[in-house]
This record gives sequence, structure tokens and C-alpha cells, in this order.
Amino acid sequence: MSALVRAAMPHLIVVPILLPMVAAAAMLLLGEGRRPVKVAIGMASALAGLFVSCLLLSWSDTHGVVAYLPGNWRPPFGIALAMDRLSATMLVLAWTLGAAALLFASARWQRAGIHFHALLQLELMGLSGAFLTADVFNLFVFFEILLAASYGLLLHGSGRHRVRASVRYVAVNLSGSSLFLLGAAIIYGVTGTLNMAELSARLSGAAVENRHLVYTGAAILSLAFLLKAGAWPLNFWLSPAYSSATPPVAALFAILTEVGVYALIRLWTLMFAGGPLAGFGADAVLAFGVVTVLLASFGVLASQSASVQASWAVVVSAGTILSALGMRDAGVLGSGLFYLVPSTLASGALFLLVDVVRRWQAGGTVVDEAPFLNAALETEDLNLDDEGAPLVTLPFPASTALLALAFLTCALLLAGLPPLPTFLGKAGMLSAAIGPLAAHANGSGRAWIFVATLLASGLVVLLALMRTGIRTFWTEDAQRERPRVRAAEGLPLVALLGITAALVVAAGPAMEFANDAARSLFDRTSYIEAVLGARVRPSPTPVAR
Amino acid sequence: MELVLALAIGILTGAGVWLVLRPRTFQLVLGLSLLSYAVNLFIFSVGGLAVDQEPILVDGVAPDLLHYTDPVPQALVLTAIVIGFGMTALLLVIILASRGMTGTDHVDGAEP
Repeated sequence: MSALVRAAMPHLIVVPILLPMVAAAAMLLLGEGRRPVKVAIGMASALAGLFVSCLLLSWSDTHGVVAYLPGNWRPPFGIALAMDRLSATMLVLAWTLGAAALLFASARWQRAGIHFHALLQLELMGLSGAFLTADVFNLFVFFEILLAASYGLLLHGSGRHRVRASVRYVAVNLSGSSLFLLGAAIIYGVTGTLNMAELSARLSGAAVENRHLVYTGAAILSLAFLLKAGAWPLNFWLSPAYSSATPPVAALFAILTEVGVYALIRLWTLMFAGGPLAGFGADAVLAFGVVTVLLASFGVLASQSASVQASWAVVVSAGTILSALGMRDAGVLGSGLFYLVPSTLASGALFLLVDVVRRWQAGGTVVDEAPFLNAALETEDLNLDDEGAPLVTLPFPASTALLALAFLTCALLLAGLPPLPTFLGKAGMLSAAIGPLAAHANGSGRAWIFVATLLASGLVVLLALMRTGIRTFWTEDAQRERPRVRAAEGLPLVALLGITAALVVAAGPAMEFANDAARSLFDRTSYIEAVLGARVRPSPTPVAR
Repeated sequence: MELVLALAIGILTGAGVWLVLRPRTFQLVLGLSLLSYAVNLFIFSVGGLAVDQEPILVDGVAPDLLHYTDPVPQALVLTAIVIGFGMTALLLVIILASRGMTGTDHVDGAEP
């Protein structure tokens, strides 16, 4: 196995981008009536992508940063891909959520509209590309790919709510793309490069010309990322969009928010973690992160609907990582990265769970205003519950209890309580923030603000989700049937929550991995050397005619 | 020339921002289009403005940016134009769907 991987590296890096592209292209050739084939292709692609991502993850742990030159141009010319521990983690996270969303959608939601599976694959392609690229403009292109696919996915199922939320979502993200281009153009104008590694190397030089233009460009660029990450005050579009999306799409969108966080971590550490411009904007990132966490926690508290609560929970998670980045400390960021994985999985799982619960509360019928689902417009093909698909999991006495248990797990995960991994991540962040900083007076104010925010948000989120849980599961309704969950719906839920449980068991190595990831982010030299030192492969010698 | 271009970018951006903040969807589309024109012109200008110079190497001319215009912004702006065009088309479709479903062209989907 490892010999095979060694032979396939570094070409394996490009697989998570090419695989979904090919799968999506193949699906477009199939008619909308052949959904089982599409599910099969989609699942095959998702599982293969997940497998490759896991291989890349273990490879990154032993080999650090690995660069790949798709065009075989000598760096810094051409576009390079680079994979380090952080991007490999994000890849695994994206493909896990993608596979879970796909399986969940195959139970019913795929019938709410057309081209769902192709769009999902394109979304995964954009995500993988954004995590792997080492070029600022290429990052923009992959952002646009994932955004274009997300517009289609958000509109899946149609209906007035979704279209209304989409108008704002698309308008906001188009403005964000303009900001991205402006920032990238300024940075190119000042430094003369778009390659992230060369950018970092040039900014580490002793004298940086036009440093104020660099600051301006970086600030405008980070606005685009903060917009995607749902940072206050640019996040009022987020909860209407996420909560009106179909549940499997919303579960996948949980990772979409983390893309903004990822891009900010990547570019900030490469540009400002060291060198003469070190530390630019860290206070602003911390301030935005703290306000975002607080605002989103109260968003969870203030919402009546569980899917709106889940959307705000996504923002809480993103804001927490933003504040961890703003602390400018590898220890805090390492625990933050450890926290990122289970909190994203939990908010994805919550979106799926809310759908199951909502259907149970409605007595088994679908509550959705999608025009294809209305009785008047319904055609045989588009009824979500046609075909008399067998319920593999029949209602059994404990099914309500299991559903409640899954909700409880999600709530505890999002609030960060023991023994779940988000608690370990939060505890790590708190101890890393308090430990060294409390010793000196310098900077301890930031640490205390960070600590207070994290603790307060945990409490508020816990209160809000407990209220929802009590209202959902402890209100007696004798008439109500026991919940029915299909295998295709139960499996992704169990898998997502099971992974978080596995993270508790493997907390030691996982935390070490996350800390290594954060240290190599702040170190930067390994990334610069890997990308700029990537060797061009000699062309095959032309055969003499 | 720099002054004219800077003024053009500024006016386009100002008009674009104002239109994006307006309540009607048609104004939104026009505003986003104007913004993307401004951004495209801006990208085009970051490589430095050069008159009568080529982006592709010619024999006998020293290969530096004194004798050529920077080709990278031109490549970037081409990509940005294509992406912006596609996204505007998509936005138009969504806005038409919104108009059909809500019966109004207000961005909130309802008259205030």
C-alpha cells in the first residue's frame, strides 16, 4: 500500500480536483430519470475522494509540505498546488461532509430538483482546489467554482424562500468576488507575484517597498475571506441562506464557511506571521472573531427554528477559529484547528438531524414549499416519497431516544462540553492562551477577552440548544408516531457523530497533528522551500523519427 | 492617461456601489456589472500603463518591463471578465425567478 502511494505521489495531490470533475461530467450525460446510477457514481467518487484525502493526510504527517506542478513550469512560473497538514485536514473534512450529504440526499432530497449530484461533485471540486492551490489568483478561480456550484445547490428544490435567500447570497458573494480581485490585483501590483510562497518570501525581505499598499491589498483581500467566513458585520446573509437550503446542502455548506477561515489562515500566516510586516491585522482579526462569536451565540439563542440555530452554530465555529488566529500563537491556533474538525462535523450533522426531526414532528409528511412538491404541481417523478422505497430501519421503541441522543450529542459538541472533542479543543485553546500570556502583563488583555468569549459562547449555545431539545423531545404527544429513519439518512448521521467520538479516543495523536500543522503554518520556511523548490520533471525525450 | 483611467475607475465604482445599495433587482444587476467593470479596469492598470508596447517578446528588444507591457494582468483580467459574465447571467436568471415567484422586483421579495 505505502509503496503504491509512494509511486503515485505527488500526482495523488491532483486527484481530489480531477475526480469530482470527471464524475460531474459523466453525470451530465445521464438523464434525470437515472438517479440510482448517479448516486452510484457520486458515492464511488465521494468514497474514492475520501480515501485519497486520507492517504494525503497520512502522507502530509510524515512528509510535511508537498508541492505539485500541474503545468510542469519552473516555480514561480505557472500554477503550483501545495498540500500541508492543514489543507489535508480540510480535504478530509470536505469529503466526509460531501459523502454524508450525498448519502442523506439519496434518501429523498435528490428528487426535489435536477442536477443535484453533478452540482455536489463540482462543489467538492471547488473546495478541494481552494484547499490545495498555492496561487492567489487560482484560489480566486476555485472560489468561483465552489460559489457557482453553491448557487445551484442553494436553489435546489426552488421555492420562494430559497430564491429570495439566493438573490442576496449571490449578490453578496459577487461583491465579495470583486473585493477578492481588487485585493489580489493590489498585491500583484506591489509584489509582482501571485504565487503564495514567493509572495511570502518577498515580504520576508528586509525592506518591503510600499508597505502601506501591501497592507491595503491584504485588508481588502481579507474582507473577501471574512465575508465567506461569516464574520460580523458581514454575516447577515448567512443564516437565511443556510436555513432555507435543503438539509443535505446546508450540511455541506458548513464547510463552505470554513473555506473563508482556511484562506485567511493560509494567507495571513504566509504574509504576516514573520518578517518585517509581522502581526499586521491580528488585532482586527481577533476583534472581528470575538464579536462574531458573541453575536452568533446570541443568534443561536434568539432563533426559534432549529435550522436557523444550526446556521448560527456554523458562524460560532468559524468565529472561534478566527479569534484563535487573532491570538497569533501556534499553540492556540493548533487547538483551534483541532476544534474546527468536530465543530464543523457537528453543525453539518445538526442540519441533517433537524430534517429528520421536522419530518417526524409533521407526522411523516414533507414540510417544504418547493413548487415541485406541491400537490398541484406534483409529477410522478418529483414526489420525494414515491417509489415506495422500503424503510430499512423500522420504527422501534428506542428510536425516539436515539434521535434525542443524537441531538444531545450535537448540542454538547457545539457547546464544547466534555467528554467530546470540541471540549478538548476549547480547553487546549484556553490553556494555550492563558499559560504563557498571563505571566507577562503584555498582551494578557487579549488573552482574557479571548477566554471570556469562548466560555460565554459555550454557555449561551448550550442554553439555546437545551431549550430546543426540551421543546422537541420532552413535550408529550401521545398521538405522534415513533420517528422513522431510513438507513440512508441514519448512516450519515451515525458516521458524522461517530467520527467525533473517534476523535476523543484518538485525541492525543490528533492534537499533536493539529499542533504540528499550526507550527508549520507559523514557521513558513517549509512551505516556501517546498513550493519554490519543486522540481520540474524532464519532458520525455522525443523518439527519433 | 493615468488620471483619466483613475477617474473612470472611481466613477464606475461609485456608481456601482450606489446602485448595489438600491432596493430594486435591476439596479442590483447594473451595480454589480459596473463594479466588475471597475475591478477589471483596475486589474488591467496594476501592471502599469504602457502605450504601444507588446506583451509578447520580440527579437532584438531587451526582455524587461521597460520595453514590454506586463502580460499577467491581461491574462487575469480575461479570466475575471469571463467569470463575471457567467455570474451576472446566473444572477439575472435568479432575479427573474424571484420576480416570477414573489410578483415584485424588490430585493427582499416583498414591497416594504
